[in-house]
Amino acid sequence: MSSLTMGNRFGRNTTVQSENNRPNSLTSGHRACQGCGEALAARCSLDAAYIETKGNIAVVNATGCLEVFSCAYPENSWNIPWVHSLFGNAAAVASGVAAAFKSQKKDIRVIAQGGDGGTTDIGMACLSGMFERNDDVLYICYDNEAYMNTGVQRSSATLTFARTATTLPNGQYMGNDIRTGKNVPEIAMAHGIPYVASASIGDIHDLEKKVKKAIHIKGAKYIQIHSPCPLGWGYPTENTIQLAKLAIKCGLYPLFEAENGVVVNSTAIDNIISVESYLKGQKRFAHLFGKNAQVNSWKVIQELANNHIRKYKLGEVVYE
Amino acid sequence: MNKPFATVLDPGTSLNNKTGSWRTIRPEYVHRLPPCNVTCPAGENIQQWLSLAQEGRFFEAWLEMIKDNPFPATMGRVCYHTCETTCNRVQFDGAVNINLIERSIGDIAISKNWKFSPPEKSSGKNVLIIGAGPSGLSAAYFLRKFGHNVTIYESHKLPGGMARYGVPKYRLPRHILDAEIQRIIDLGVNIKCNQKVDCLNDVKDKFDAVYLAVGASLASQTDIEISDDSKTVDAIDLFKNLEDYPDEVPNLGQKVLVYGGGNTAIDAARTALRLGAKSVKIIYRRTINNMPAHESEIQEALSEGVEIHCLRTISSIKGEKILLAKMNYDEETNNLFKTGETELVIADSVIFAIGQSVEDSIVKNTKGILISNKGVIEINKSMQTGVKGVFAGGDVIHGKRTVTHAIGYGKKAAKSIDAFLNGKEYEPNLKNEIANFKKLNTEYYKSDKRKEVCRLGELNFEEKDVSYSDEQIIQESNRCFSCGNCFHCDNCYAYCPDNAIIKHEDGTLEFNYDYCKGCGICAKECPCGSIRMVTDDIN
Ligand SMILES: Cc1cc2nc3c(=O)[nH]c(=O)nc-3n(C[C@H](O)[C@H](O)[C@H](O)COP(=O)(O)OP(=O)(O)OC[C@H]3O[C@@H](n4cnc5c(N)ncnc54)[C@H](O)[C@@H]3O)c2cc1C
Ligand SMILES: Cc1ncc(C[n+]2csc(CCOP(=O)(O)OP(=O)(O)O)c2C)c(N)n1
Ligand code: SF4
Ligand code: SF4
Ligand SMILES: [Mg+2]
Repeated sequence: MSSLTMGNRFGRNTTVQSENNRPNSLTSGHRACQGCGEALAARCSLDAAYIETKGNIAVVNATGCLEVFSCAYPENSWNIPWVHSLFGNAAAVASGVAAAFKSQKKDIRVIAQGGDGGTTDIGMACLSGMFERNDDVLYICYDNEAYMNTGVQRSSATLTFARTATTLPNGQYMGNDIRTGKNVPEIAMAHGIPYVASASIGDIHDLEKKVKKAIHIKGAKYIQIHSPCPLGWGYPTENTIQLAKLAIKCGLYPLFEAENGVVVNSTAIDNIISVESYLKGQKRFAHLFGKNAQVNSWKVIQELANNHIRKYKLGEVVYE
Repeated sequence: MNKPFATVLDPGTSLNNKTGSWRTIRPEYVHRLPPCNVTCPAGENIQQWLSLAQEGRFFEAWLEMIKDNPFPATMGRVCYHTCETTCNRVQFDGAVNINLIERSIGDIAISKNWKFSPPEKSSGKNVLIIGAGPSGLSAAYFLRKFGHNVTIYESHKLPGGMARYGVPKYRLPRHILDAEIQRIIDLGVNIKCNQKVDCLNDVKDKFDAVYLAVGASLASQTDIEISDDSKTVDAIDLFKNLEDYPDEVPNLGQKVLVYGGGNTAIDAARTALRLGAKSVKIIYRRTINNMPAHESEIQEALSEGVEIHCLRTISSIKGEKILLAKMNYDEETNNLFKTGETELVIADSVIFAIGQSVEDSIVKNTKGILISNKGVIEINKSMQTGVKGVFAGGDVIHGKRTVTHAIGYGKKAAKSIDAFLNGKEYEPNLKNEIANFKKLNTEYYKSDKRKEVCRLGELNFEEKDVSYSDEQIIQESNRCFSCGNCFHCDNCYAYCPDNAIIKHEDGTLEFNYDYCKGCGICAKECPCGSIRMVTDDIN
């Protein structure tokens, strides 16, 4: 029937995730919260890479929820070669792992992965070095827009005005009003690396396609995946996919690919929606709409979305 | 084992950690009732046969249809398809063209000569059915399937009831009807035509049970003043004569009036055009929106050139002079009254189509059978009349008078009779919850316009061939949302962050409650509303 679903009876345009023999790189029994977007994003990405390389992958994980919930001693949820070192050095460790495989002439594809905090903040130096040396690593950032593992502190990927433990709204202070956040895909592109992409668990067909493509490319690759977090964002656990989809549809999370520093394609949005419908489902933005809200403060976020819509050619701006 | 300080578990996989214990609510797979199935008067499992048609498995689809209705090709022509009115796709981009798919598959079945499989057992019980209309034939089919011997007494020359002696040929070609009735006869149903039953008492005791399906074919009478030189005919008689004496074409003249506002009036008007009338006017007392005729039939009649004159009644017919009284109708109070104005029209003939009633003489002498003040036979919830073992259904009882309802009643009566013959009372299955639009997640369906056809043919008694090609059947069936019933899209399996759904080799899915944390993503992302979240038991 519909190729918009993950699988179908006719085998048309199905996803790895719909296969009954998918590898389940991240297995059950992990301690992620109910409805965790990051756990799902990691399984989707690594399963796709696994299938694409016939199992020849090795993964380096930064500290963060994904690492903590998957390897509480003495248990481990990884069905793949996997190593954890520190919060900020995943890119550097992965560069080393890649170099080791190269010297052993082993064709094993290396993936580094971490949260937005481990990537856009503390991991930035190692990551930039990995990019600059064009090390043969695919770095995947699971972007849940804050330091979730330590109790939802702001990161440089936190959306404007979001409430976090360190940006509690108070009177005139509207929450994270520091600036617009750090655009790491653009920073990656500025390094001129062969492949950069954004993806989302709201579009798993697209996510798998990008991982499958990136895993074969020689040199440094970066994919940032939007991964909603029920706990940190404050929404009912069942809405994880819905919110990821809304973020895409309002333009806040543009899906695009860039090669050698140039955007080569982006996913147009069929019916652009207002950011309001995305923000309203999350407690971290409740202060933008409550009794004491400053009138139309959320329009600042609309402007961010509109900038994306224009910049990545996602369609016509509908909501001003 | 000597474990390091503060360590209680052996090293190993997290599969040891049964996160299912976190859960307070849990998902379960359910079958919900698609609204189309609910509103099918014959209770067809539409969603199910559409699903088979999607795979091009037309034979299996047909088998699924005939589980509930032995007349798919007929249905695809005469059924008023209430299923399409409630189809969830109406709220998306137009109902699935259920009726035309049914017709197309029904036609394939006839062209490929598919047959009903013979009954698997024989009960030795004998059931009499009076009337070989859609209801009687449907009951016969099901009773035969249950293994009972079935005899039908039919007063007409041929079986089919109003589907033959009412519905005109251009809407239901007789070779289609014949083919579908023949299959029932081939099951071993004994139809005795030209056999009118005058009194139920004469026959009922020779059988273990009786199904009264004599319909309502008595033309209603009026007290209109009609002079002897006027040419008037009842629609029902007109149709019967056309059927039984096809060579004697009735001469209705150039200008014909049809009196009435139901489907019979529409059919009479369209038949008059086909018999050569140049002008056909329907006279109806209320407004066009109040006409009981089906909307699509009214439209087809109008496009063929039939005029509809509303808010008028006939006062008198004197030769070719017909006096009409103008009416006023208040929809809110249902008040209908003459305005006092009149209008004179000239017509060569007038066809009456003002309704039919039940010819109740057959039960006049049977003590216990009650006729309601509406003139129909009264039954209980198992469709049994006041006399034990005598059941009734179709047009003869109170309810909607359509072929499909008649078939549905036939099926239900057959089940009741079967229970009765086994010394039991028929208990219908409990119905599942309805999969209404709110239970769906339509994001996963692509917009795809309904493939419409125009059924309007030329002004003769031939039917226009509009059936879908095989490819079109598959395409249109694929528009079905599969409301309330898993269509194996694997969304739940793919989206579960805890791999708590097992997908078996054959594609079937099962929750693994050892790991399901109860997040509810699966239920939310199921396109068709096939997963329900329920409170978990504490144990
Ligand atoms: C002109 C016209 C057009 C119609 N068009 C449609 C349509 O397009 N779609 C739709 O769904 N419905 C339509 N209907 C309604 C539909 O035909 C009836 O509701 C349906 O046929 C009722 O089925 P039944 O079996 O209860 O009765 P009937 O079809 O009336 O069958 C009763 C049978 O019993 C026989 N019988 C009666 N008395 C005796 C007796 N004493 N002994 C032996 N046999 C007897 C009759 O000869 C007849 O064959 C139409 C009706 C008419 C009149
Ligand atoms: C050098 C260092 N500083 C701080 C920490 C504490 N710490 C562990 S995880 C984490 C936040 C992780 O946030 P993010 O990378 O966004 O991943 P998430 O948990 O949100 O998936 C922090 C601050 C640490 N482990 N190491
Ligand atoms: S979409 Fe399919 S299952 Fe749903 S109401 Fe329509 S025909 Fe029935
Ligand atoms: S999500 Fe898809 S596979 Fe799962 S129950 Fe619903 S229809 Fe079936
Ligand atoms: Mg984070």
